[in-house]
Amino acid sequence: MTGYIFKRILATVPVMGVVALFVFLMLRLSPGDPAAVIAGDYATAEDIARIREQLGLNEPIFVQFFTWIGSLAQGDLGISIFTNLPVTTLIAQRLEPTISLTITTLLFTIVVAVPLGTLAAWKSGSLVDRFVMLFSVGGFSIPVFVLGYILIYFLSMELRWLPVQGYKSIFDGVGPFLRHIALPTMTLSVIFIALVSRMTRASVMEVLQEDYIRTARAKGQSEFKVLLRHALRNAAVPIVTVIGLGIALLIGGVVVTESVYNIPGLGRLVLDAVLKRDYPIIQGLILLFSFVYILINLLIDLSYCFFDPRIRY
Amino acid sequence: MTDTSTSSGKAPEFQAAPAASDPHLVVLLLRHRSIFWGGVLLALMVVVAVLGPLFTVDPVALNPINRLKAPSGANWFGTDYLGRDTFARVIYGARVSLVVGLAVSLFAVSLGLIIGMISGYIRVLDAVVMRVMDGLMSIPGILLAIALISLSGATLMTVVIAIAIPELPRVVRLVRSVVLSVREEPYVEAAIASGTKLPLILIRHILPNTIAPLIVLATYICGSAMLTESILGFIGAGIPPEIPSWGNIMSEGRTYFQLSPWIIFYPGIALAVTVLAVNVVGDGLRDTLDPRIARKM
Repeated sequence: MTGYIFKRILATVPVMGVVALFVFLMLRLSPGDPAAVIAGDYATAEDIARIREQLGLNEPIFVQFFTWIGSLAQGDLGISIFTNLPVTTLIAQRLEPTISLTITTLLFTIVVAVPLGTLAAWKSGSLVDRFVMLFSVGGFSIPVFVLGYILIYFLSMELRWLPVQGYKSIFDGVGPFLRHIALPTMTLSVIFIALVSRMTRASVMEVLQEDYIRTARAKGQSEFKVLLRHALRNAAVPIVTVIGLGIALLIGGVVVTESVYNIPGLGRLVLDAVLKRDYPIIQGLILLFSFVYILINLLIDLSYCFFDPRIRY
Repeated sequence: MTDTSTSSGKAPEFQAAPAASDPHLVVLLLRHRSIFWGGVLLALMVVVAVLGPLFTVDPVALNPINRLKAPSGANWFGTDYLGRDTFARVIYGARVSLVVGLAVSLFAVSLGLIIGMISGYIRVLDAVVMRVMDGLMSIPGILLAIALISLSGATLMTVVIAIAIPELPRVVRLVRSVVLSVREEPYVEAAIASGTKLPLILIRHILPNTIAPLIVLATYICGSAMLTESILGFIGAGIPPEIPSWGNIMSEGRTYFQLSPWIIFYPGIALAVTVLAVNVVGDGLRDTLDPRIARKM
């Protein structure tokens, strides 16, 4: 088991390496002078020279790569071009809203999607089932931000139930936090709920065909326990997997959702960086998000043996 | 549902799939409810996109006196902050969305097909290619696209490429998995034994097997590409604002949302309906062309 975990962790190293190499080469291989691209249209020759110096673009490419990887290994993501602050500091300042939004979205999704998918599988062909299937096709068809504006329009502008935009930290009180995070969470959850409920439905449906479900029912087990203990538990592996894969979707959605609701998180940081072409920030955030994605999927891989004791490594 | 559970039984059907002239298949596809209605909706969108701009007013004509007008008989979808007709802009924007969706799926599928076939057939390259794809897959697609565009500048072509690159790993993985299963088939072994050259094996025996699942994947990529394009446009990293696209129309409507929400709603609805049509067709194609996966979903 420990051997497997170790091997699995080791296997993430080349993937991270590829991500790092890709991010590194993206700037260097882009057409034209990257320093000039970053400096923008109104830059003077000195600006360009300064940026080139700052990014170390004057060194040979191999030297650049190893210096870069070296500082990366020490947790140094470079210095932002416009603010002159370390990228890690900027990320740390913006981390909290994004983490809050991601966690509330994950919780909301699981609480809604898993029971919904299970219900749809249990009453296959019923109204609930059709609703889930419709929702899952619809959820994949509507852009996150349009959904956000629709919710703002109805819940904030027409009904005035929730604040239109903005963010309150959980440390400023749970009430205001929940009121501000409710709309972004709902917005971001829709596509995720579509994904997870569909997978739950498919997975539970398959398990419900198994002999042990019939046995459980035959021995008089209550239907609730059959679904929870026998069906859902055995259907868990694909559900958990799809939640992990959906993290990529979630990260993309966070960027847009934060922009719609004016939440000062990492998504806003990346968008501001794009507009100013502050490449060290973009680069740092890509690395961070990829790292999180790889880490979560590693944890999910390892969680398989918890959900399915037959899986032994 | 036809019995295609064994992979050997699947082969002839997959070979028949690309032949659009085969009336049997077309009838079979159109008999599927979701393909039919999704297809009708899509065809309608294409007609609107191609012919629509001929009948509307100029989508970029300014009319500052008429700014931010609510939908009316003269301006069906209202006007934006420069007094431009939102209806004309939405109709024109359909072109961009459809072109981007089509171009991205063609580009991603053809490049992924080549990489996947090579990777699946040449063992030495396989490990390297798959690690690169794993790496690419772990970078969130929208971020990657944003970064690529911010480095190369936004034009229609760079937007298409930037959206297509994050989609590549899915195509490569699919093609590779088909190649790996098909190369063990007796007919491929027979071809090798009779001295058929590698390129010919790939084209004649492997390629036809990838077509059905690729068509399904291509429709899904088309749908998600249109969504990504609108997101890029919305955050200001997409098609430049001179060309009206659903994404940048909505992006320009953001500031005035509380005053005139229709600038966001109409293009948003148009986009959602189009993507929905594409996805519905995709689901239908999956059910018909690839019953093996259909049973699972």
